[in-house]
Amino acid sequence: MSLPPAAIAAANPTRQAEPRVPKVLFVTLMKDLRLEWRSKDAINSMLFFALLVVVVFSFSFDPTGDDARRIAGGLIWVAFLFAAVVALNQTWAREIRNQVLDAYRVSTAPPNDLFLAKALGNFLFVTVLEVVMTPLFVVFYNLRVIGPAYLLPVIALLGTWALVVNGTFFAAISLRTRSREVMLPLILFPISIPALLGMVEATKIVLTGESSAKFWIVLLAVYDLVFTTVCLALFETVLNAE
Amino acid sequence: MGADPPVTSTPAAVPQTAASVPAVVLTGLTKQFGRFAALRNVSAQFVAGKLYVILGENGAGKSTMLRAIAGLLRPTSGGVSVFGAEYGGPDSGRWIFGQLGYMAHPSLLYDEMSAMENLIYSARLYGVDDEARCAAAIALVGLDPGLKRPVGQYSQGMRQRTSLARALLHDPRLLLLDEPFSNVDVASARGMVQLLSRMRDSGKTVFVVTHQARLLAQAADEFVWIHSGNIESRVTTLDLEAVQ
Repeated sequence: MSLPPAAIAAANPTRQAEPRVPKVLFVTLMKDLRLEWRSKDAINSMLFFALLVVVVFSFSFDPTGDDARRIAGGLIWVAFLFAAVVALNQTWAREIRNQVLDAYRVSTAPPNDLFLAKALGNFLFVTVLEVVMTPLFVVFYNLRVIGPAYLLPVIALLGTWALVVNGTFFAAISLRTRSREVMLPLILFPISIPALLGMVEATKIVLTGESSAKFWIVLLAVYDLVFTTVCLALFETVLNAE
Repeated sequence: MGADPPVTSTPAAVPQTAASVPAVVLTGLTKQFGRFAALRNVSAQFVAGKLYVILGENGAGKSTMLRAIAGLLRPTSGGVSVFGAEYGGPDSGRWIFGQLGYMAHPSLLYDEMSAMENLIYSARLYGVDDEARCAAAIALVGLDPGLKRPVGQYSQGMRQRTSLARALLHDPRLLLLDEPFSNVDVASARGMVQLLSRMRDSGKTVFVVTHQARLLAQAADEFVWIHSGNIESRVTTLDLEAVQ
């Protein structure tokens, strides 16, 4: 029973266009970083988890230099993937305590700003994890890069974004499920397989210097583009799901 | 609250002047959770500039109705319009949300942040970048804006008042308050009632879901009784014996 626009305008003399809120993404990101800085819930859990994986794997294998280069890509990314899940679960857990998410839903702020802020926050957390853990991997597995090392940061950035953009989205989907901490890996891991394959193969190629990693890097970039677009297109529906 | 709702005036549609667009219109509003119907074909109009008190037993559908008006629940059938605009309508966008302030039973606040930090963040969600306004909103509900403690360490009453300040922050025309007086001491609750009366006097429309109807006996314009998911009656004065 919506009134005609002219009647609404007459009844709402002060009505203006929706307020522009260009800062919402930034302030939400800063709020999340502040909360994480105070609690250190996600970053501590991720670091300890990743450290455990590195240590356990290093005791499980006795890699020589060549073997280490072949398996290190897989080990590194599996460790980061498992550790990232810890942060991804924390992301939305904060928003359902005291139903704070409802405060966002009834505001004029664009839903996608919330999603992007959460994804960027997770990206920063996982990047910090990678910066801290990579030297440990190098030491434990006695790694030396034979291929073009400058590609490693590119692979890391594309791979990390692939993990967090899907992870943030699927963490939001599993938010209202009863066992969300189990649900997230069940949804996230299968859909991350193409990206994981890209990260592992590209990293292995760079470490061993065997061939060109171009195909895998392009695959990662396309994966990021497609899933970022899909997540942004669907997030408002997920946010308002009951 | 188990007694029949008091009817001291005939339930009737609220009269509407030609010039006024209703603040809220519910049209055949039904909300089902699985097989349970929380709201059953509710149709009502609420004119602007009044203080409405929503009463009813636990599970009657009061909070569900408030959440539907706030746009937090998608109706199973029927619709809600706020100041003439429908949720999801071609002309509404997110504009409706700028018109309403919502206070839920949970605080909608981050426990790890202070009241001021919570309000500054909340204000920015509405495009308001004015810390003085946040401080004024906190002072308005009788709290100290300089308090540095995180909200998680506040008493329940202080959290309720901070939550009210959050709902008022962007100067909404429609206030939807779910149990604003729960765990609030009597003096603070009276202060909140005075504040809500002033809001109403300044032209805002206020909905209060409460079990403490006596607090609003003098201030309210209308008492809306809900029973089994429908509006049973709308009365202008409260039968105090019935809400013992």
